[in-house]
Amino acid sequence: MSSKEPHHIVSYATQVKVWLALLLLTAATVTVSRIELGALHVWAALAIASVKSALVIAFFMHMKYENRAFKYCLLAALVTLATFIGLTFFDVLYR
Amino acid sequence: MNEAAHHKDPTGDRFGMWLFLFTELLLFGGLFILYSVYLARYPEEFVRGGEELNLVFGTVNTVILLTSSLAVAMSVTALQRGKIRLTLWLLASTIASALIFLVNKYFEWSAKIHHGIYPNSPELTARSSGENLFFGLYYLTTGLHGLHVLLGGALLTWVFFLVRKGKVNPDDFVTLENAGLYWHLVDLVWIFVFPLYYLIL
Repeated sequence: MSSKEPHHIVSYATQVKVWLALLLLTAATVTVSRIELGALHVWAALAIASVKSALVIAFFMHMKYENRAFKYCLLAALVTLATFIGLTFFDVLYR
Repeated sequence: MNEAAHHKDPTGDRFGMWLFLFTELLLFGGLFILYSVYLARYPEEFVRGGEELNLVFGTVNTVILLTSSLAVAMSVTALQRGKIRLTLWLLASTIASALIFLVNKYFEWSAKIHHGIYPNSPELTARSSGENLFFGLYYLTTGLHGLHVLLGGALLTWVFFLVRKGKVNPDDFVTLENAGLYWHLVDLVWIFVFPLYYLIL
């Protein structure tokens, strides 16, 4: 086994594109918050924030290029958090 | 090749960092659960609280964090390509961003405190409990986040000197990657804090 494992190098161009997308999505989230949407506001904000997070995690944090163990663990962490949120609301809303 | 070189396990090191970041995710996740439960209970009060937050500070700090995340991501690429000077410049700009973020936070909090809005202040206790909860969570979440900005900045300063001394170099850069991962987490948390606290209408 070689001591140096293959390592993916993310190009500057890719990173700058991701950054531009993140700035556009920030502008989108500010714009959307000024429109009358009622209760949809929070969901729109969360949807945009989730897309931004996915971009940061995949490209800036190199998750796209990590092996499967990393991805499964990320999934497990997110499912755990979603379960906590789900169970909390199950209690709060139907008490 | 000596024995020590074979003991290096950058993938394992990154995995360890990710496991730590998952605990951070659950830590901030707890605060977001509190936020969402109280938002469901006091929607009007939360909107009133959110309207009082400074959108300019919030937006500027968002752009600063996103840009510093780009800089730190590029510094990893630069080091992998052997561009040491560029790596150092990118790291320095990230550290500067951390400081600017904290200075903005200082002015933002000072203005709020000046207006008598801080936990348990006479001004705030006279208002509804929903608004008290909103500002309590605001101070707790942005405070904990600010602490992470401070720690991230310190961590990147340490890595800056390691790169300069050549201890972190194009053949062994996992320390930079892991410090970068921590910095991106700071950015990730803010991506949710910004719309939930500053943009709520």
